[in-house]
Amino acid sequence: MRKVRKGISAVVYRSCKAFNHDRTRILDILRKVQTSLGCISGETMEMLAEELSSHRVEIEGLVSFYSFFSEKPKGKITIRLSDDIVDRFAGVDKVAKVFSDELGIGMGQTSSDLNFSLEYTSCIGMSDQAPAALINESVVTKLTPQSARTIVRKLKQNPVTSNLVKKKGDGNNADPLINAPVKNNIRRKGDVLLADRLPAEAGLKKALKMKADAVIQEIGHSGLRGRGGAGYSTGLKWELARKAKAKERYVICNADEGEPGTFKDRVLLTERPDLIFEGMTIAAYAIGGTKGILYLRAEYAYLLPYMESSLKKRRTAGLLGKNITGKKGFAFDIRIQLGAGAYICGEESSLISSCEGLRGEPKTRPPFPVEKGFLGFPTVVNNVETFCCAARILDKGARWFSGIGTDQSTGTKLLSISGDCTRPGIYEVPYGVAVTDVLDMAGADAPAIVQVGGASGDMIGRSSFHRKISYEDLPTGGSFMTFNASRNVLSIVDYFLEFFVHESCGYCTPCRVGNVFLRERIQKIKNGLAEEADLRYLKDLSNTIMMTSRCGLGHTSPKPVLSSIAHFPIVYASLTKERTDGRQASFDIQKALEESRRIAKRQSMIYDPVYGEAAD
Amino acid sequence: MKRRAIEFKIDGITVKGSAGQTVMDVADQAGIYIPRLCDVEGLEPQGSCRVCTVKVDGRPAAACTQPAAHGIDVINNTPEILSYRRDLIKMLFQEGNHLCSICEASGRCELQAMAYRLGIMEPAKYPYLQPVRPIDASHPDILLDKNRCIRCGRCIRASQQIDRKNVFGYIGRGINKRVGVDGRNLADTDVDVNDSAVAPGTCPVGCIIMKRIGFHEPIGQRKYDNAPIGSEIEKTRSGRGKE
Ligand SMILES: Cc1cc2nc3c(=O)[nH]c(=O)nc-3n(C[C@H](O)[C@H](O)[C@H](O)COP(=O)(O)O)c2cc1C
Ligand code: FES
Repeated sequence: MRKVRKGISAVVYRSCKAFNHDRTRILDILRKVQTSLGCISGETMEMLAEELSSHRVEIEGLVSFYSFFSEKPKGKITIRLSDDIVDRFAGVDKVAKVFSDELGIGMGQTSSDLNFSLEYTSCIGMSDQAPAALINESVVTKLTPQSARTIVRKLKQNPVTSNLVKKKGDGNNADPLINAPVKNNIRRKGDVLLADRLPAEAGLKKALKMKADAVIQEIGHSGLRGRGGAGYSTGLKWELARKAKAKERYVICNADEGEPGTFKDRVLLTERPDLIFEGMTIAAYAIGGTKGILYLRAEYAYLLPYMESSLKKRRTAGLLGKNITGKKGFAFDIRIQLGAGAYICGEESSLISSCEGLRGEPKTRPPFPVEKGFLGFPTVVNNVETFCCAARILDKGARWFSGIGTDQSTGTKLLSISGDCTRPGIYEVPYGVAVTDVLDMAGADAPAIVQVGGASGDMIGRSSFHRKISYEDLPTGGSFMTFNASRNVLSIVDYFLEFFVHESCGYCTPCRVGNVFLRERIQKIKNGLAEEADLRYLKDLSNTIMMTSRCGLGHTSPKPVLSSIAHFPIVYASLTKERTDGRQASFDIQKALEESRRIAKRQSMIYDPVYGEAAD
Repeated sequence: MKRRAIEFKIDGITVKGSAGQTVMDVADQAGIYIPRLCDVEGLEPQGSCRVCTVKVDGRPAAACTQPAAHGIDVINNTPEILSYRRDLIKMLFQEGNHLCSICEASGRCELQAMAYRLGIMEPAKYPYLQPVRPIDASHPDILLDKNRCIRCGRCIRASQQIDRKNVFGYIGRGINKRVGVDGRNLADTDVDVNDSAVAPGTCPVGCIIMKRIGFHEPIGQRKYDNAPIGSEIEKTRSGRGKE
């Protein structure tokens, strides 16, 4: 007898059916359920578990891991303000206050009529047009208190987010399938990625005329290294995956772009989807892969329809599917996997876990993804920009590419520049460019602090501005933030640690707990309650975290602490004065008194000059 | 299939094993103790507590998940590595609410025993996080005092790998990552008192407690009263090479 399904049960069933009850597609299923029901409650988890032959605790494990899922009911419209340091300096707090006042709810709350939720979220990849926010899947940028007020009024009249776009952005942002006010802000085009009129599919056509080994050799000779941050040789990665014995091989494009201050992949996804897919197809040909996945961060869901349509066109044009461009036996197709709000999923093995429908936690290595990756098959994971470079290398040749840049860092690099400068945006520069030249290009306003490589990068000061953007000197996955002298170094470091505490997956002890302790001590310093010994404490703790953590997050999360101590010793020295009154610097007499005042309902005879007046 | 024999050094001592084993397996066989909390005989290693951190050819790695390989040079016992391990143990203490003197598991608790073995005597340098963690007393026979949970996941893996159930599972993220149960509370799950997930020795601390059998071992006869944690492995030390 067929069960009649109603309400939640019907939504659960439909959502599971839409993905053939495939357990590995559970992120998509949960997203559908979350959108339909506004939450994934315990009851819903039980139904999902039953439907997918899973367990409630497993579903709860996922719902509680990814920021975009929620057990508690969310409003029909969820406003997520980007809480990046650049957004903060651009006044996101004032915007937040207006949203909060107009909606009558605090940050992290949902209105009682379930119409609105308001919250902060990690950097949404719009630092060049901060403050920015996501309203459901739509993006709004360059927010001001006035525009925030207008947005709320409009949404209250008509809760449709597409109406919010007054002025569309440039390039493909104006395409009806994207329809976003986002700007590309392409300020400098190089020969490799952003040059106008790149010949379509030229690299792929040439690659398919070559032997697979020769394609890998060409990539190897070009010196191409990963653009996602780690800088591993792309040629070597492909070769290892090709050599691994297996029935199937996978090609995964990492479009999780979560590093604070990075937004260059967003511009490539908007303006160069075909070049990305072309690069992935070349990789598939080279390693003998048959299936590809592009992992798109949830914050970029507004690009999904456009990217899906690009894939569709490629299938029609014979650039995906069977016998690609008529090449007998070469079959390859790509699907897009949406993330669900977790920075750690940018780490390649976590990304694979997430694609498999698991909590986005790193896998134990070895084995590495090139040996055992997605579902146990050899898998190449590369950054968006890396695939684009690969396609261009196959067209123009390894020599052309290695002629640009430096010895160990060949080619160009896309920088996402934001912060205190007049021309924030995307710059395609040859590797080896000096920080000072970059600052000039961007019209940096009296730069005093530069953060290269995002939260996990290096914080440098004026004495290091001669240094060069390259793997051998100052590496970056693309993030480049500049701050003037009015910005507080400790506020920046504190922000990065807050970010890591929020984004650590919690798998291993040092990263889960150690980052909380780092932040506690940085705040102590920021509040002027520290002594010199605290610097030693920070260095020792940083070292333990870096040496014992399980993945790249913990290997690098103390970097803002260590590099700021190294480059801004005076700032730290001025905040960690030795006390002369014999008390521990960390002892905050006012804080200690607060409780006594409350209990005794009177003020302190010694510390409160107005002793005797009413306490409240 | 016979595995290839391999040979390598741990702190200068030559040890023998076979391909497919972890560094931890080989060390155990040789009677060399590498401190550990999340790893336990009979369960797949997960490499999460990091207490077993060693250096393999100069690079840090978790011994419990690191494949053993011929000719590698493993460093286990140096002041540097000891200080990492102490830091990790202190982190685990400060992360939860551990009051040894009133804990039912005192004397058989692996966290406590590890602290003693590593010479942690003074209060830790780190701040107390003092989390608020509810106790789950819903089940008639089993109590979960999550204040003492160290997220080692041994109960989770025992339930999955031995009991073929999913009574426990990880939920949350970051500092909020914790062990959840497959239901509204423990009584709502299909846990059985005879499950290995709740058997003595699975939980290394005092989080999973059997009701009505408290403090039954007198002080002096508890597991770690007379010999430090790890001595059961060191007893089998084959005695080659120098200490
Ligand atoms: C915490 C963390 C976050 C990361 N985030 C990203 C990311 O958003 N995008 C990316 O391409 N690589 C990211 N990476 C690097 C990936 O692990 C991996 O090295 C990269 O995707 C490989 O591609 P590539 O060789 O082309 O750079 C991250 C690494 C870590 C440790
Ligand atoms: S015992 Fe190896 S990480 Fe816990």
